[in-house]
Amino acid sequence: MSTIVLPQDAQGHAAPHHDDRSFVRKYIFSTDHKIIGIQFLFMSLFFLLVGGILAMAMRWQLAWPSDPNVPLPGGGMLPETMVTNGIMLPEFYNSLVTMHGTIMVFFAIMPLLVGVWANYLIPLQIGAEDMAFPRLNMASFWTAVPAGLIMMSSFFVVGGAANAGWTGYAPLSVNEVYSGVKLGQQLWALSLITLGFSSLMGSVNYITTIVNMRAPGMTYMRMPLSTWALFITSILILLAIPVLTGALILMFFDQTLGTTFYQPQDGGQPLLWQHLFWFFGHPEVYILILPAMGFVSDILSNGARKPIFGYTAMVLAIAGIAFLGWVVWGHHMFMSGMNPMLGSTFMVTTMLIAVPSAIKTFNWLGTLYRANIRFHVPMLHALAFVSMFVIGGLSGIFLANTPVDIPLHDTYFVVAHIHYVLFGGSLFAIFGAITYWFPKMFGRMMNKPLGYVHFALTFVFFNLTFFPMHMLGSGGHMRRLYDPTQYPNLAEMQDTNVFITISALLLFGTQFIFLVNFFWSLFKGEKAPSNPWEANSLEWAAPSPPPHGNWDGVLPTVHRGPYEYASPETEADYLPQTVALRAPARTHEPIGD
Amino acid sequence: MSSHAAAAHLAEPRRMPGIGVYNMKLGMWVFLLSEVMFFASLIGAYIILRFANPEAFGLPGEVLNVPLTGVNTFILICSSVTMVKAFAAIENGDRNGLKWYLLATALLGAVFVGIQVVEYNVLAHEGFVPIASEYAAHGRDETGPLVGGPLYGATFYTMTGFHGLHVTIGVLCLLFLTVRAFMGKYTQANHGGVEIVGLYWHFVDLVWIILFTIVYLI
Amino acid sequence: MDEFWRLPDTISTFGADIDRLFHAIVIITGIVFVLVEVTLVVFLVKYRHREGRRSEYSHGNTKLEIGWTSATALIVLILGMVSWGLWQRIKNPAFFPEPGLQLEITAKQFEWNVKYPGADGQLDTDDDFTVRNQLHVPANVPVQIRLQAEDVIHSFFVPELRLKQDAVPGMEIPMWFEATTAGNYVVGCAELCGLGHYRMRGSMTVHEPADFESWQQSRIAAATNGAGPATDAAPAAPQGTSVAAAAATHAH
Repeated sequence: MSTIVLPQDAQGHAAPHHDDRSFVRKYIFSTDHKIIGIQFLFMSLFFLLVGGILAMAMRWQLAWPSDPNVPLPGGGMLPETMVTNGIMLPEFYNSLVTMHGTIMVFFAIMPLLVGVWANYLIPLQIGAEDMAFPRLNMASFWTAVPAGLIMMSSFFVVGGAANAGWTGYAPLSVNEVYSGVKLGQQLWALSLITLGFSSLMGSVNYITTIVNMRAPGMTYMRMPLSTWALFITSILILLAIPVLTGALILMFFDQTLGTTFYQPQDGGQPLLWQHLFWFFGHPEVYILILPAMGFVSDILSNGARKPIFGYTAMVLAIAGIAFLGWVVWGHHMFMSGMNPMLGSTFMVTTMLIAVPSAIKTFNWLGTLYRANIRFHVPMLHALAFVSMFVIGGLSGIFLANTPVDIPLHDTYFVVAHIHYVLFGGSLFAIFGAITYWFPKMFGRMMNKPLGYVHFALTFVFFNLTFFPMHMLGSGGHMRRLYDPTQYPNLAEMQDTNVFITISALLLFGTQFIFLVNFFWSLFKGEKAPSNPWEANSLEWAAPSPPPHGNWDGVLPTVHRGPYEYASPETEADYLPQTVALRAPARTHEPIGD
Repeated sequence: MSSHAAAAHLAEPRRMPGIGVYNMKLGMWVFLLSEVMFFASLIGAYIILRFANPEAFGLPGEVLNVPLTGVNTFILICSSVTMVKAFAAIENGDRNGLKWYLLATALLGAVFVGIQVVEYNVLAHEGFVPIASEYAAHGRDETGPLVGGPLYGATFYTMTGFHGLHVTIGVLCLLFLTVRAFMGKYTQANHGGVEIVGLYWHFVDLVWIILFTIVYLI
Repeated sequence: MDEFWRLPDTISTFGADIDRLFHAIVIITGIVFVLVEVTLVVFLVKYRHREGRRSEYSHGNTKLEIGWTSATALIVLILGMVSWGLWQRIKNPAFFPEPGLQLEITAKQFEWNVKYPGADGQLDTDDDFTVRNQLHVPANVPVQIRLQAEDVIHSFFVPELRLKQDAVPGMEIPMWFEATTAGNYVVGCAELCGLGHYRMRGSMTVHEPADFESWQQSRIAAATNGAGPATDAAPAAPQGTSVAAAAATHAH
């Protein structure tokens, strides 16, 4: 980083920004989008771990319900109100279920997809020096942190953490007479309200930046699909999160002031919570998958060394999924007692949303057709996304179909569906994205052999863990059961629960390979060049890592789209967006500039 | 803010044209879209609850002071007019006009909040409160039961209360602008803060017109 | 196929229709699954990088896109249309068949209270009696149930009937079924309802019509003898001889 302040030249190129900020301003209260993205990365990896630990405790109980021969590991450290003699109490199980879902959705996956990558990638991929509102960006991260602290604190308060499910259905969630938890549920609501502000600040920034700060030549249709996906996801966040905030405020009033918005006394309606929550909740699940789809497109095209098949259709499909996502929320409520006519209409809209997702899947296959595929670690994760997301999407067809949803709703079939899209989909994409952009973020490569081993084991154990859940569900196994063996028909399936638990434990253990790889590579990874994957988008034209201000005072100029692999205009099999070719094309001259 | 200075230099004429509106203004528009959804969720909840179960509510005309709030609505609309005048003034370089119209807007906004606080007090004394245990049944003229139930109070205070909170924040911003205007900080060329607070203020007024219609008139 | 999916035997009229749809979706999604995954693997093998290879420089094929988009849309819309009528028949009270028996079930933490109409055959009269956690119905008779909840949201679920319905406090939700096979079946709660959600288990006994009559008579007699509301816990063993043989109808 230069410390010499250069005068402006005739073209108005500004001096490179000289950086004499303190450590605190640079790395703690930073306004640099890259640092903020990395801060979100560390925060969310922590919560991913916490969410995983909670899941392991749940799976332990499910495999060996209240079995004194198989006490909960670590149970001795927990208070008697949670675990007694190695056997967890039902109230603790319900909290585990609730907090696993809440933490994974809001504090792990959402920030891992948006907080990390919207922050890190957008300015780099569009050729901007930072976000439109760098201080607002800093505020966004430092609002997410207290939200997380509030959520974690709820484990330690009287009554324990929230236990009404991550979906928080009322009246259970608003009345401690029914749930046994008051403060924990209140903190749950307050935490999510706070997190909502963080997300909102982020989305205002991302949208403004993408609209107003694209570099010369960066038309909308030359933006990488990662940026497109993050752009459209930001619009979803902007419009959906405030609805959740409103719903949570009403919930908090019910919990604290004795109002009855969601309770039948005095005219309230439990279903009102469901409508408000799912009106937010369905766009939320697209928030949890769209950025992943964007990353997969970028990585897949790079690994295949071939342009993405049907770029325009891919953009339209992202927009189509986002748009349709607003009119399908009732499919979470087919059994709720709402008017059956609504069930039918929501079924139709839900079936329709399969179409843009199918378009994307076929286009990914089309990208691989007649390609020249390199199987680098990010590529493997992207391929896993495609194959696992297909399964998740197909299981959704069962659930979208209202009559078939009758036996399947609120069973493990739904749990299978959720985890195929969120883990098989989003999390694989996240692993791929971290591995892919790690060199850009930290100037080092992640370790390859560890990456391959982590991928292979995760893929296998993931499927062993979650595929059998489909059968549990169609066999009638309900969700959120502390002890399924209380039902004779479910007790017969207990072997499967044990199998799933063991697979899950192996899956969880495997993730330590990733964590070790991540932290070791931070310090000891092979030094990375600016473009280790021979990719085209703008971030690879910047150094690894890019300096504060990204472009050293001179914005890049964009000459083409981001997927010009195997272009006839150059001998190399990639052609970065910033490269200006000398006319005429079709020569064997080396790439200019 | 040297990064902003650098940004300004980098912006001209190198970047893609964008939407043709400077960042702060675009940001405010985008933010206001999120506010639309927030108020929509609260108003939506009210509409669903009230029309599913009208007996739990009442007729606004019988419970609320519609004439007083009508006047209050007029006051808020006037404040939007003075806000427009303030912005028009500084666009024409009239720094004096800016000062006084900003002050007028802030004061009118404060009056609005004040009248609403008074209204809340009167309603509460009549027993119109959001909580069942406190809900007393006595009417406006101390005879007969107060129409509706605590859910009516809960929805009423939530919607109008959050609106009032937004107005209060707006008044504080306006006072901040007014002080800066009196200090001479705004010029014909440089008055972005006035424009974006103005946008926020007009939005808050618009939400009130919708709220007034749905909560007081229907 | 049913064993793979662990589908319990269907014992209701509309349950068979649901299973037919389920099978159809298995086949359709199965075909798509195989096609997509096989294509994926084939492409990965066939188009892997080899020295001197270069990808085809193609940005897509609009005709192909229109083709597979329309095909997908057509399939999902047909699936939706085909399911429309069945959903209405199961859930829309306007289409419920004339009930041969009407009951009321009130769900509460953590039990199912089933109210029977008593000797006069009418609900909401003085001779109604309530049994805890035991649902008794005659086979081959449409049974209509008014589902309520006292405290939080529960969900009435009998896998063999292919019937599920949330019970919501403040709402009376009608549901119906016609059981085809006598036997004992498990009633479960399918919506997290608190600490005892996992043990909110009831039993449903489907009787041959004559047996149902005698069961009802014995209950009425017990009630009029001042025994008060029955307080049976969920039975562990099947009851009655004619039912015992049919009791071996647990999920396989």
